[in-house]
Formats: sequence, C-alpha cells, structure tokens
Amino acid sequence: MDVVGTNERMAAFLRDNHDKVVGRWTELVVAGVRGRTSREEVRRELEDLYALIVRVLSGADEDAAGELTATLDELSRNRARDGFSPIETAVGVFSLKEAVYELVADSAELVPDFYSLSRMVDDLGLRTFEAYSAAREQIIADQSAAMLELSTPVVQLWDGVIGVPLVGTLDSARTQLVMEKLLDTLVTTGADHAVIDITGVPTVDTEVAQHLLKTVSAARLLGAECTISGIRPQVAQTIVSLGIEFGDIATKASLADALALALRQAGLKVVPL
Amino acid sequence: MDELLIQSGDDVVRVRQFVRNAAADNGLSLVDQTKLVTAASELARNTLVHGGGGTARVEVVKSVNGRAGVKLYFTDEGPGITDIELALTDGWTTGTGLGLGLSGARRLVDEFELASKPGAGTSVTVVKWSR
Amino acid sequence: MERVPILKIGQILFVSIQIDLQDESVIRLQEDLADELAVTRAHGVIIDITAVEIVDSFIGRMLTTIGSISRLFDAETVLVGMRPAVAITLTELGLSLSGVRTALNAEKGLEILNGKS
Repeated sequence: MDVVGTNERMAAFLRDNHDKVVGRWTELVVAGVRGRTSREEVRRELEDLYALIVRVLSGADEDAAGELTATLDELSRNRARDGFSPIETAVGVFSLKEAVYELVADSAELVPDFYSLSRMVDDLGLRTFEAYSAAREQIIADQSAAMLELSTPVVQLWDGVIGVPLVGTLDSARTQLVMEKLLDTLVTTGADHAVIDITGVPTVDTEVAQHLLKTVSAARLLGAECTISGIRPQVAQTIVSLGIEFGDIATKASLADALALALRQAGLKVVPL
Repeated sequence: MDELLIQSGDDVVRVRQFVRNAAADNGLSLVDQTKLVTAASELARNTLVHGGGGTARVEVVKSVNGRAGVKLYFTDEGPGITDIELALTDGWTTGTGLGLGLSGARRLVDEFELASKPGAGTSVTVVKWSR
Repeated sequence: MERVPILKIGQILFVSIQIDLQDESVIRLQEDLADELAVTRAHGVIIDITAVEIVDSFIGRMLTTIGSISRLFDAETVLVGMRPAVAITLTELGLSLSGVRTALNAEKGLEILNGKS
C-alpha cells in the first residue's frame, strides 16, 4: 500500500469535505458532551484538531505532528479538569471516523485511504488516555502538596522564639517545606530561637535525623539557634542505638522545657505577678 | 535552545543570570530557582577551571503532565574525569576545588547525567522541574 | 573587575556585597580584607549578604576562609542577611559555614560583635 499516496489523498478529501465532516463530527461530540462544554467551544477545538490532522496527512511540514500531539494533550488535560472521563474524551476523538465514514461508505476506492485515517485516529484516541492519567497524577500531587502545607504550621511562641510542631512523618518533601516556612518566619519576626517539636513524629530513624539536622543547619545560617523538643523515651532509645549524634544541638523532652531554655538564653525569666 | 560560551569568569556570571531568568520564566519557585542557578554556577565553573572552557546550553522542556522544566547542558573538551564514581563522592577534590561541585550540583537538581572519558572531555546534563 | 568596598566604622570592618560576584572579585575581597585587618587592627568584620542571590561552594569557601583569616588577626566575623533560599541551598550542598557566626541582619551582627549577645 502506498502510504504517502493514501495519506495525501485522504488529506485532500478532508480538505474538500471540510464543512460536512467537521459539522458532523461536532454534532457527534456535542451529543456526548451533555452540556458540559458549549457547542461553539467544541467546534473550535475540533477545527484546530482537524486542521492539524490534515497537515500531518498531507506531509507538508514537520512541525505538524508535534503540534497535533501538543494540542491533543492540552485538550485531554482540559477535559480531565472539567470532569470528563477518559473514555468520553477518546470517544469524541474516535467519532471523527464515523463522520468520515458516512461520506465514504459508498466509494470502494477510498477504503485504503479510510483505513489509514482510521489507524491514525485510533492512535490519537489512545493518546488522550495517556494524557488523562498524567493529568490526574498531577492533580493528586497538587492536592498532596496543599495538604502538606496545611499540616506544617510555624508559630511564634514568644518574642524572638519560634515554634515548629511537627506532626506526621518527616520526609524530604516536608523537610523542604519546614525549612522554607521556618526561615521565612525567622526573617519576618526577627526571631533568634526556634523550637522544633517532634512529639508528633512517629519514627525517628537516621533519615529523619538527617532532615532535622539539615533544618537546624539552615536556621543557624540565619543566626538562629534551635532546640529539638518532644523526644519520647522510645525515640531516645532508637536514636542512641542507631548512633545518631545531635552534636551541639540542644534537645529536651518537652516543648515547655525547650521554651524555658530559649527564654533563659534570651536573658528572660518568668516570675509571678 | 540557547547556547553560551564559557571562557572566563564573567561568562560564569552570565550563565548564572541566564539560568536565573529561564527558571523564573518557567514557574520554578524561588528556592528551586536558587538551587538550579547554584548548580549551574558549580557546573559552569567546573567547565571553565577543569575543562579549560566550554559551552552551556539552556533548554525549556515539558514533562508529559504539562509541567515546565529547565534543562542545562555543560560540555567541554578538557581532560575528562578518570574516576567518575570518585568525582561524585562528597568532599573529593583535585586541589583545584572540583570537590563538592559535582556531588553538590547533583543534590540540587531533579535529573543529573554525566558523561566523561579521559582525554575526550566531559558533558553534564541536568534538569529541574517546576512543581 | 568589580571591587567590593570595605568600610571601617569604629573598630568594625563592614562589607556589603551588592552584586553577582565573579570568582576574581571574590579572591580580591579576601585579600583586601586581610590587608585591612592587618592595618586597622579591627576587632570585628560584618559581611552583609542581604543582596546576594547565589552562594555556591566557591563563595561559601571564601566566607569560611575569611572567618579563619579574621581569627588569626583576633577579629570575629559575622555573616548577616543570608536569604532563606540561599540558606536552604547551602544546606543541601552540605556547606554549614561552621567557621563563621551568622545573624539575621547587620544590627544583630553588631550586637554579637559588641558582646551584647
């Protein structure tokens, strides 16, 4: 089969029957859209795709294929965001075949051309699935980031003393966020002491200890001293057995003790009225 | 893709500024911008000092889920690195301060590739994605 | 080549790095500071990096070296105004700059040098 020849013939056919095919294609897609997108918008999207498909088939320029996939990816992402299922999007793409078939059904000599178009449209439809799942993954990642942000507060405990109560696992993502928030707060409040409370951190292994050390290191570069509080008995035992050294970083059992230490270092004392 | 020559200390500064702009234009957070530019500074310096000069190329790339990223290529035709494993270990140095440069740069980026052969130059490729 | 000016205010040498430093300028600053410390017998150095966007391993090493050199002249160095993004990057690079004291700003740096901290 002469692929180039059939593609060019199909490109010409699509060009000649542009209005009929795009019109029918739009009808078919709008039926599946159920009002979630306007007819005008659907028509516009399909016009763009159609033009690119014709360009790819006619083999005129090299950029067409890249542009087609980019346009299709964006369409898929938009559909995903608007709550369409991947099947709906793919079916929309596949319905181009139906629109074309209705016109070529009676002409036997156009069968190879149609077959070629059909395979191309199948690939495009499958691609929308790929783009859909990538888009969903991104949404999940964004939501995880938002949750992380909410569960990582940095509070001012006193003039010059910042508190960072950590709850949950301290992985590298959270560590990055803690460092950013802690340092920004040090700058805005002018604090020179931070108490990092790990009561809510379930396990402290070598990796978590390294994250804590990194955070203290970063705070020190801004002239702040840190105390780690909330060391539970089991955690203390784990730390020692793993040989983790906190070096010259002060550690305390409770946030209260750490606050008292910070105040003392700031030259302050709490006295009864 | 943009290409910059690295033949002098001024060029290293120019590379930093160029990478900074590319990172900012493509949605990288301030911290990520800083990390990428710092990595670029290390790598550009290596290209100059250890590689005898070379080129830096900056490319904007897109991931399959639509995220933009900045890709940097550093190439030189210098003496190359004999022991790559060693060069990527923290604290290793040839005396001219190659240490910390490569291993440090690697920690600052999302993707890191190094190709080098003694006598045939070195090329380092890194990518940092926007989040 | 840009030369970073060194101001003498009382017994303190004050350096404010405003521009993207090229390696040669970094080395020059180190030499100039050593000269000034010898001549003025200042007892403290404040290096203000509030305007510095990038501190890589070369500049980081210079800062540590300046700290060591100052100590030889019985002077203390305080690095002030490091940006959060820079601090996070340095930490990731594994540089703790343990040879230099740090403070949020020049005012706090002065407090340290004048023994109030």
